Amino acid sequence: MESIIFAMFNGVLYGMLLFLLASGLTLIFSMMGVLNFAHASFFMLGAYFAYQISEGLNFWAALFVAPVIVGLVGAGVERWGLRPVHRYGHVAELLFTFGVAYVIEELVQMIWGRVPVPYEIPELMSGALFTWQGFDYSIYRVFMLVVSVVIFVALFALLTYTRIGLIIRAAVSDPVHVATLGHDIPRIFMWTFGFGCALAGVAGVVGGNVLGTEPAMAIQLGPIVFVVIVIGGLGSLGGALVAALIIGVVTRLAIFYDYGLGSLFLSLGLEIDTAGLLRDFTRITTAQVAPVLPYLMLVLMLIFKPRGLFGTRDV
Amino acid sequence: MSTLLGRLTPWIAGAAALIALPHVFTSGFALTLMSQIGLLIVFALAYNMLLGQGGMLSFGHAVYFGLAGYFTIHYLNFIYEEQVPYIPVTLIPLLGGLVGLFFGILIGYVSTRRAGTTFAMISLGFGEMVTALTLVLVAIFNGEDGIQTDRVLGEELFGITYGPNIEVYYLIAGWCLVCTLAMFLLTRTPFGRISNAVRDNPERVEFIGYSSQRIRWLAFSLSSFFAGIAGALHAVNIEHVGFEQVSVIQSGLVLFMVYIGGAATFVGPIIGATLLYFLQSTLTGVTEAWVLYLGVLFVGVIMFFPGGLAGLISMHQPIWRARARLLAPLLVPYSRFLAALIVCVLGCIGLIEMLYFRSSRLSTETELVIYGVESDPFSAGPWLIFAAAAGLGAFAIRKTYPGAVSAWNTAIADARARPLG
Amino acid sequence: MSSALTLAGLRKSFGAAEIIRGVDLAVEDGERHAIIGPNGAGKSTLYNLISGRFPPSAGRIHLYDTDITGKKAFDINRLGLTRSFQVTNIFARLSVLDNVRCGCLYALGHRYAWWKLVGRLQDVNEQTASILRDIGLWEKRELPAGLLSYADQRALELGIAIAGGANVILLDEPTAGMSHSEVEQAVSLIRRISEGKTLVIVEHDMGVVFDLADRISVLVYGEIIATGTPGEIRASTAVQEAYLGTGAS
Repeated sequence: MESIIFAMFNGVLYGMLLFLLASGLTLIFSMMGVLNFAHASFFMLGAYFAYQISEGLNFWAALFVAPVIVGLVGAGVERWGLRPVHRYGHVAELLFTFGVAYVIEELVQMIWGRVPVPYEIPELMSGALFTWQGFDYSIYRVFMLVVSVVIFVALFALLTYTRIGLIIRAAVSDPVHVATLGHDIPRIFMWTFGFGCALAGVAGVVGGNVLGTEPAMAIQLGPIVFVVIVIGGLGSLGGALVAALIIGVVTRLAIFYDYGLGSLFLSLGLEIDTAGLLRDFTRITTAQVAPVLPYLMLVLMLIFKPRGLFGTRDV
Repeated sequence: MSTLLGRLTPWIAGAAALIALPHVFTSGFALTLMSQIGLLIVFALAYNMLLGQGGMLSFGHAVYFGLAGYFTIHYLNFIYEEQVPYIPVTLIPLLGGLVGLFFGILIGYVSTRRAGTTFAMISLGFGEMVTALTLVLVAIFNGEDGIQTDRVLGEELFGITYGPNIEVYYLIAGWCLVCTLAMFLLTRTPFGRISNAVRDNPERVEFIGYSSQRIRWLAFSLSSFFAGIAGALHAVNIEHVGFEQVSVIQSGLVLFMVYIGGAATFVGPIIGATLLYFLQSTLTGVTEAWVLYLGVLFVGVIMFFPGGLAGLISMHQPIWRARARLLAPLLVPYSRFLAALIVCVLGCIGLIEMLYFRSSRLSTETELVIYGVESDPFSAGPWLIFAAAAGLGAFAIRKTYPGAVSAWNTAIADARARPLG
Repeated sequence: MSSALTLAGLRKSFGAAEIIRGVDLAVEDGERHAIIGPNGAGKSTLYNLISGRFPPSAGRIHLYDTDITGKKAFDINRLGLTRSFQVTNIFARLSVLDNVRCGCLYALGHRYAWWKLVGRLQDVNEQTASILRDIGLWEKRELPAGLLSYADQRALELGIAIAGGANVILLDEPTAGMSHSEVEQAVSLIRRISEGKTLVIVEHDMGVVFDLADRISVLVYGEIIATGTPGEIRASTAVQEAYLGTGAS
């Protein structure tokens, strides 16, 4: 029982990290109709900037400065890259961000090299907060959870109670209308993009030292974030939260339980030749299948509910 | 009859070139290169049935290429073990095509329900899923090592064994020609035209009797068929298939080829596949920054020349058709712009190479040689020279670009003013 | 039962807003029927319900004797109903010729064929050519449709709609935004193409309406308040009050 709680806790933690990424992506998509393929690359930039800043100063400076820089980089990419492409349509914009993801990955390798950089958990928080039933709960993991919950609450408050939140929500439901109200749409787009990237940057700062800061981190996490927002329903923040938590918990539980699929097939009465090409189906365990699970959920979702959990709009 | 001959000319010329090429470029490297380009042309054209013809952006089309490749390798190995009926290697690509078609029909049914961004995300999801599976189902995919075979099954017609690379080259060239012709003809069928219509305006299609979803599914399946042929040719050519061939790396590469070559025209993917694979195989040994250059090139094409290289050529076609001499005034402004571009690019490449050299940190003994000149990335001189070239080039680009554009505008206006005939 | 198109108790709501509030209408086979009404009366929504763009909330739609309620747009089209759009809705990158050609491919039975070449389809070529001449775009057939002038695009819009030879034709403001001389041409074109067919037309230009229509229905706030011959409609005081007196342009 304790182990379930532990796995669930890790799952929720991973899910909240996914949500940090997915929220920025959703915000950008809802406002601009652009699916930012490079979103996870900004997450990676957040981690690398945080590493560089904590080398020179300390983790706390990194926590606040790195996301700001990432946000500014994002706003710059929007202003000088994405905006001129806007007139060619959403597919061209998606292609553009796909290219940007390539370029960022290569630039990161150019500056920091191809091997992981030693971005460490701050010493202050490296210990265990408490030990319960034989499991250590590290301070830093609890801190990560706190940060993501704080951001979630702040985002929610921003959207609900502020003027800019009002504009954003209006733009999500009716982009044309907002333009007629005289708001400077290109400017709003630029800062939305920057803000979304900054959220990814935060995830990079708090997640980079746990997941590992290396050039491949973007390509590893990116597709899963897309799965999150498709399952949650494109453009739905609430959907993204639920989907992120589901995927986080399910994949962590699958790893934790490590249930052999062979016994599953046996109990279903299926006999699989243990020497043939299909022999792996009897051997693999849920832990090995865990990386496939998000995509499997995606496929099932598409078959049974193509709009996602909370999706309302057509793309 | 003369129009028929006119229409056949490019194909006859293409076939003649394919036959002649190995006699012009005789090195082993050139032969492997041309073989690989041949099958990538098939793959790129298949991909463009989605992107350029049908308006579907896929981030996972390597799935059909790669799965057909895996299947081909296993089938060849099974032939050795006499577990499956014998099929001559000459016809094996057809088998690969059927594998691609099978998965295309299956996965296409789910993913073509939506177009646009959702379709793109789903294609990525399937691509990632299959890539992840290659590392899980080791017996079938053998993880990161991939699987191997020997393509020499024995003698076939005319004593061909596919032992020598030249025989494999002609196998690929033959299939490349047949597939190219087939895909070209497909663009001229009712399906091809309606596929274009769905690309332009999926909603309107529903009011002239067509289900746009059904058209997308059909296009997806046929495209997967040709991607499968390309994958099988890859398996025969390299005798190895690994997870890279199904992964987003391969999917991204074909996307780059098609988009940089030009998705709006039929020949664009052919140009793109040839150019990019040639650059890739020659540059990867020379520079570490090849992928960066590729990415920057791709982003640049999206921002400034969304029609790609073929688009650049075809925007001059009306001028050429009206009167070839109208192209003459373009020469000077174009050369100015091109010179500026080259200076800027050379400068940037110099800077990037020095940055890479400094960051790789392990090459302290070796010297960095750029453009045949030893350049010390730890002294200021080379930095200043390259930065100056990049800066001046960028400045010159800004100065010469309007001239090039206005020259084209004048020429096209003149061309349009002339009556046809 | 000689009605080509029958609407019975048709309703449509978007959220809380009911746009179509119980429409009953029978369009006779072979007649030219105009639907008029002030802006926001629900004319376009009505067309979208009939042509299958979205399903009605309540009520039935019959095309001749076939119940087409809630069917998909392409199924309804295959049963012989076609429509044009108020906002020009063409295939911008295809040539003018291919636009019209796409319009008649399905109806002529070529459907999803990927084994025959369009250039060789004699029936398609003839029908396409005759329609292109009808709508006056034969000379411009090679141009990409996106480069046509506005009036030409309107004509092409019409051409795509009628290319399949459907028996029931729904036109949505075919003369919107046209100059006076262009309107005259368009009217004679519409008269020609609707010969022997059933035409339903939504139109703001009262000259066009009274010129073309055998009967007129007046749609106000999602309800049909009157149906009759042009003379009856002109004489009706209810219509005068609700619409003609104030909203006519």
